[in-house]
Amino acid sequence: MKVAIPSPLRSYTAQRHEVEATGASLAELLADLERQFPGIRFRMIDEQDRLRPHMRIFVNRTETRRLDTALEGGEQVHIFQALSGG
Amino acid sequence: MPSETGPVVLFVATKKGLWLLHGDRKRRAWKLEGPHHLGHELHHVVLDPRDGRTLLAAAKTGHLGPTVFRSLDLGKSWAEAKQPPAFRKAPEGETGRAVDHVFWLTPGHASQPGVWYAGSSPEGLFCTEDGGVTWEPVAGFNDHPKNALWTQGPGGTPDGPKLHSILVDPRDAQHLYLSISGAMGGTFESTDGGSDWRPLNGGVRCDFLPDPFPEIGQDPHCVQLHPLAPDVLYQQNHCGIYRIERPSDRWERIGDNMPKEVGDIGFPVTLHPRDPNTAWVFPMDGSQVWPRTSPDGKPAVYVTRDAGKSWTRQDRGFPREQAWLSVRRQAMTADAHDPVGLYFGTTGGELWASTDEGERWECLARHLPMIYAVEATELAA
Repeated sequence: MKVAIPSPLRSYTAQRHEVEATGASLAELLADLERQFPGIRFRMIDEQDRLRPHMRIFVNRTETRRLDTALEGGEQVHIFQALSGG
Repeated sequence: MPSETGPVVLFVATKKGLWLLHGDRKRRAWKLEGPHHLGHELHHVVLDPRDGRTLLAAAKTGHLGPTVFRSLDLGKSWAEAKQPPAFRKAPEGETGRAVDHVFWLTPGHASQPGVWYAGSSPEGLFCTEDGGVTWEPVAGFNDHPKNALWTQGPGGTPDGPKLHSILVDPRDAQHLYLSISGAMGGTFESTDGGSDWRPLNGGVRCDFLPDPFPEIGQDPHCVQLHPLAPDVLYQQNHCGIYRIERPSDRWERIGDNMPKEVGDIGFPVTLHPRDPNTAWVFPMDGSQVWPRTSPDGKPAVYVTRDAGKSWTRQDRGFPREQAWLSVRRQAMTADAHDPVGLYFGTTGGELWASTDEGERWECLARHLPMIYAVEATELAA
């Protein structure tokens, strides 16, 4: 499925805005992203498997913070970073 | 006579990236180079003195997770750690800690090439044995039976409690110190390579707790160990300037000898590389609501050359008034030249230097982002 990558993470994807990844759950999809783009997962997910604050993931148009969210295969996954601060 | 030490390079880590300031052999001409990692928060950037080429940068990028970048060519190219510092995964049902940012980097003992230590916010200790590629949590501290007592208190420093000032005794790789600034904290010592730790806070005042001299709970801002006299440590604390000479377990408040109108509050303390009786501090206003600026808007460094018995003001070259400088705990350092060069960066993005041990100061760079850390290294002569 297609995964939209926000600009702060594009150094991992050779500046690609959108990549392909697979998985039956969000956790598996993130594992596939990590396999393809080493280091990208830890910038989004902490060592306790929690989505970092200000990181937002949408499956189609529904936001989720649960890594066990099931995926069927045809979804569009959007990863956003809610920028704030100065 | 000036030493034959090689040209100095300064690693200036800021809230928005890294700059290198290259000096010539005489430290008269300086060239600013950068930015590296523009937009990343760089809390500490350190060159390994053991190999002269491994450069580690503790980075956080906005809301992205923390990491460590490595360079083997003085920043021409960078690679990210394959396994950045991270706490162990908590068992099911427990709430585990997560590193917000890596705050401090310390190269290990000379006999252990590749070993580095890292301190984080919240308070965690981490170690690498491969020059920063893969990091592991140090269970002896992070999972110490008293760790929850020593860390994880309510409140803490404004941008998160820190584990910092990781010190390695040059005589003994097993002898380590670390310090914690947070709601609890203090200075701690290990004599078994980090497997066990005990507090070392005797004599250090806590004017923010009911017991003014508790076993733990102090707020050391910066602790330094003298490389040639490793029994001598200096501490700039939230509550004054201290010195200890081991094996004593009691710190002496040498800041009591500072001028009363200036006080002995500040963040960094910098040691002379060869003389254990000489140290510099950058006093800040710790009155009332803690402005953390130069007292009365008149910046000055203070030096002691007699182990803290007396202090001398050094302010030639600084603005005479209306200069409200703040210097963070990692943002003041010394080189190894003779006479010693001193350097500090301000939260307002100015980099100041003295090439005569603090007698005269000049501003080498302005308009940088908030400076978090400054480290000076001599390149090969």
